[in-house]
Formats: sequence, C-alpha cells, structure tokens
Amino acid sequence: MGLRAFIIRRLLLTIPTLIGVSLLIFAVTQMFAPEQRATLYIKDIKQIKDIDALIEKYGLNAPVYTQYFIWFGQVLSGNLGYSQTAKMPVAEAILTKFPATAELVLLSIPITILVGIYLGVQSAVHRDKIIDHITRTLSIIGWSLPTFWLGIVLLAIFFAGMGIFPPERLSSTTEDFVHSAAFIKYTGLNTIDGLLNGQLWVTWEALQHLVLPTITLVTIQIALIVRVMRSSMLEALNKGYITAARAKGLTQKEVINKHARRNALIPVITLSGLLAAGMLNGVIITETVFNINGVGRFGATAAIGIDIPAVLGFALFSCILFVSANLMVDLLYAYTDPRIRLG
Amino acid sequence: MGPAVKELKFILSRVEQSPLSVAGIAIIVFYIALALLAPVLAPPPYGDPYMIPHERWFPTPQPPSSKHPFGTAEGQLDIYYGVVWGTRTAFRIGIWVVAVSLAIGLITGTISGYYGGVIDEVMMRFTDIIFAFPALILCMAVVAALGPGLDNVLLALVLVGWPFYTRLIRGEILRVKQEDYVEAAKAVGCSDLRVLVRHILPNSIYPVLIVATLDIGAVVLTAAALSFLGLGAPTGYADWGQMINYSQNWIWSAAGNPWQYWYVFIIPGLFIFTFVLGWNLLGDALRDVLDPTLRRR
Repeated sequence: MGLRAFIIRRLLLTIPTLIGVSLLIFAVTQMFAPEQRATLYIKDIKQIKDIDALIEKYGLNAPVYTQYFIWFGQVLSGNLGYSQTAKMPVAEAILTKFPATAELVLLSIPITILVGIYLGVQSAVHRDKIIDHITRTLSIIGWSLPTFWLGIVLLAIFFAGMGIFPPERLSSTTEDFVHSAAFIKYTGLNTIDGLLNGQLWVTWEALQHLVLPTITLVTIQIALIVRVMRSSMLEALNKGYITAARAKGLTQKEVINKHARRNALIPVITLSGLLAAGMLNGVIITETVFNINGVGRFGATAAIGIDIPAVLGFALFSCILFVSANLMVDLLYAYTDPRIRLG
Repeated sequence: MGPAVKELKFILSRVEQSPLSVAGIAIIVFYIALALLAPVLAPPPYGDPYMIPHERWFPTPQPPSSKHPFGTAEGQLDIYYGVVWGTRTAFRIGIWVVAVSLAIGLITGTISGYYGGVIDEVMMRFTDIIFAFPALILCMAVVAALGPGLDNVLLALVLVGWPFYTRLIRGEILRVKQEDYVEAAKAVGCSDLRVLVRHILPNSIYPVLIVATLDIGAVVLTAAALSFLGLGAPTGYADWGQMINYSQNWIWSAAGNPWQYWYVFIIPGLFIFTFVLGWNLLGDALRDVLDPTLRRR
C-alpha cells in the first residue's frame, strides 16, 4: 500500500467515527424533553412563549431518526444552538475563544515533546543511574499532580507571592489596546499578532502571562513522553544494529543520536495523539484556574451552568480537534516510517 | 499453577528491589489504614459521616489549632475531618468505578474476543466513538446532562472507562484463544461457557486485573478535577477535590500574604497528590516488570 492509498484509507476511516460521535452527542440531547431541547435554540427568555413554534420548526416532536437528520443538518450548517452562559451562539463563542486556547496548546505541545524526548533519552542512556532515578521520579510526580492544584500553587508562589507571571491573557489596559483599532488581529494569538503589528511589548507581555499555564500543562503531560521514550530507547539500544555501530567504532554520541534515537522516536510520534487529548483535558482546568478566556473555560463554565448546547458544542468541537490530531499523527507516522511510505 | 506462582514470585522480587515501588506500596497501605480507621481518627459527631462538621457559620478560615489540627476552611468546615473521611470517598470512587468498568469490560470484551465477527466489529466501532473524546470532556458533558453530583460523576467515569477494559480483555482473549489447551478443551466437548470460564479467563485475566488496580489513582484524579469544577460532591461533603473548589479565592483574599490561608488549599491537595502518587509509583515499577521486552535484562 502506497502512501496515497494509506492517506485515503485513513481519511475515510475518520468518517464513521465522526458519525458515531454525532450519534452519541445526539443521544445525550434525547435525555431531555422536547421543551428542554427547544431551549437549545432560544436566545432570549421572551422567546419561551414561542416554544411550540420552535419545537415545530426544528421537528423536535418528530420520530428520532428524523430529528437526528434535522439536528445533524443544523450542526453541518454551523448552528450549534445558543449559549446562555456566553450570551452568544455556541459556534461563534467557540471561534472567538479558540485563539486563546490555541496559543496555550501550541506553546505547550512542542515544549512537552522536545523536553520529554531529551529526558527520556537521558534516562535510558543512564539507566538505573542517578539521572534516570531523578527523571523518572520527577515525571511520576508531575503525572500524579492534580492540574488545578499545581496551577493554584504556582499562582500563589509566583504571582501572589513574587508579583511575576500574572494570570489571564493580558493586563486590562493591554487588553483594551489589543481590541482597539490601532492593533490588527491577524491570528488572534497575542504573541504572534504583537510581532506582526510591530508591538513587541504586547508579545512580551503575552508571553509572561503564558508562563504559568504552560508550566502547568507541560509538567503534567511530560511523563507520558518521558516514559515511552525511555522504554523505546532502551529497546533500541539493545538491538543488533547498535552493537554493529559500536563495533565499527562510532562514538557513543553518534550511536545514540544517529542510530538509537532515530528509531526510538517512532512510538513517541504515535503517542502525540494521546498528548493532544491530554492537552484538551488540561486546558479546561488550566484556563479555569488562570482565568483565561478560551474554549476550555467556556466548556467548564457551560457545564457548571447546565448550559447544555454549549457543553455539547464544546464536546463536539474537542472531538473534531482530537480526531484531526490523530489523523495528522498517523499521516506523520506513515511519512516517517518507510515501511508504510514505500511499501 | 506452577509457572504462575513462579511468575508472581519473580514480580514480587523485582518489586522489592525497587525503592520507588516500595514507597508506592507504603503510601497505599497508609491510605488503606486511614480509610479503615476514619471513625476512630475523626469520630463523626452527628448524622451523615460524610458531611464535614462545622460549628458556626463564620466565613474566614482559621489556622490549625489543637481543636482543628489542619485548621478550618470557609464556613468553619474542619479540614482534618474532611481529609480523613475524604480518603474513604477516594477509595469508594476508585474501587467502584474500576470494578463496574471492569465488569462491563469483562463481559463485552469476552463476547467480542471469543465470538468475533459482526458483534466484535460493532463493539470495536463503539469503543472507537468513546475513544474519540478526550476523557474529561466526555465526563463533563455527561455530568452536565445528568446534573451535578457524586453519583453522576461515578456514572460518567464508568461510561468513559469501560471501553478501555473491553479492548484489553478482548486482546488477551484473542491471544489465549489460539492456545492448544483451548483447542483440546473444545475437542473433548466442553461447552462455550466452560471453555471461557475454566480455560480462557484464568489465563488472560491477571494482566488486566493489575492494570485495573493501578487505574484507581487515575480515576480519583479525574473525579477530583470534576469536583474542583463544581460538578461533583456538594459543598461540605468529605471529598478532596470539592475541598479545593472554593479555596483558591483565599490566595487573593489575604492581601500581600498569599500563604496566610495556606492550609485551605495545600492540605487537601497534598492528599490527592500523594494518593495518586502511591498508585503511580507502584504502577510504574510493575509496568517495567511486566514488559517482556525489558524485564530480564
């Protein structure tokens, strides 16, 4: 199977999964009475008197399969319902809040992967030595920490205690400036927009605000990468080609960097999909603790406020992100592994 | 049982050699003792023992004193009482969720693996759907739909947890199903049920049981996150996550001295952290021992 056939097959396989996901989310909405489901589309409390019209309009009394197709059609056309907690349509809320989350996750994932690979390799090369013990202990500690607690403690130490690394995305004055006409929002990511606008201080400030949430996410997720990198590296170091590389007189550095590490990386690539899920789970808590106006906090606020359309819209959105992340990981994997690429 | 006993001895000898796993076991034993001795260590004064006693409705937390060894939280809820009885809540959440998920996984995974075909295909596609959700997000959506509360958190955790066991058990069954002794049992005319219960399950269930035990820590961590968000146990209930729910406000309330009310958020957090750490330390050691590619080097 060539790479192209693999890509097509893999893309087709995501379709049944996404349909299944939509069925599951639809099943959750079926736990409510038609009147309650109609509130999905209510923007204003005054519309309550039109509730029968809404039930009629969205076919909420129709047989289940008809309802599913109506609902699915609405979702495809971008209508996820109206969020009472955010006071705007769910789709709009997710789109406006997504850049904040993207900024945090796009910063955290590369750090987690690079530092995790480095630590995993060090741990494997110095197996059962002091470096190995320290790395493993620290990563298990990170993995065992409750995200919310780590965030709170970091805030207490650094922001409340030392006055550095504040929460939220920007200070309120800078936030006003960013939303003014003088500042063009190219991406919605403050760090990048600051650079593009030539306002380096905005980037600098945004980075300071990102320090603690990023540390929180990285500390908790890194164990996953370290553990797999370590065991896959240990396995690679025991292979015949490593002995051969040593026998022909290569230095330890060459053996590790060019022969062992390259082959040990493959399981870590597969794992990056799981990392994406960990990050999506993590941002819910991190954004809540650090008061960042992103999709994670939107989802959490919606769940607490029993804002069902928003919760389900958020769940659907996260699912699509996660499934796409897995898709990209698989394609990357196919590209890296010549057995698939050339097979 | 010869090889199984030998295997167990080998595992135990390797576990004993690793200081980290011994530390993990020590932590778990400590928490089991704490949970068992809760009525002695913190006698419940009245009514539901899981509701933390509070004397008077006075807002500001009070520092540790002889009467309240860990201080009191907002509304004079006794933190010491809360963390001691919270241990029981943690075990109840962990054991209940893992046991129910395992039971569902055992049945569905066995059917899926043993009979294969259409049933297997449908089951696997269904687990795919659950796996397409980040776990905490699916839990959050389910709890929001069912309404907040500890019972609904447990249900949500089971809904998210069982497919993992289904897959695990299915894989084990597929491995064991090919063995000669299973063929032999079928050849002498054993019924499907007998082959499954007497021949296949005993040879496939141990690794699954170990993984399940170690899952307790992870389950408690997710439940704590949901409680922290305010979706779990109600205020005043002896649950570690719930106890931190409002406590972050007290970092900001103490002007200029963020550590003035440290006991409100540090102590319950330390309990969650060390509890989960205990299971993870043990799990990490066992994972190395059980991995056939790494073990005997």
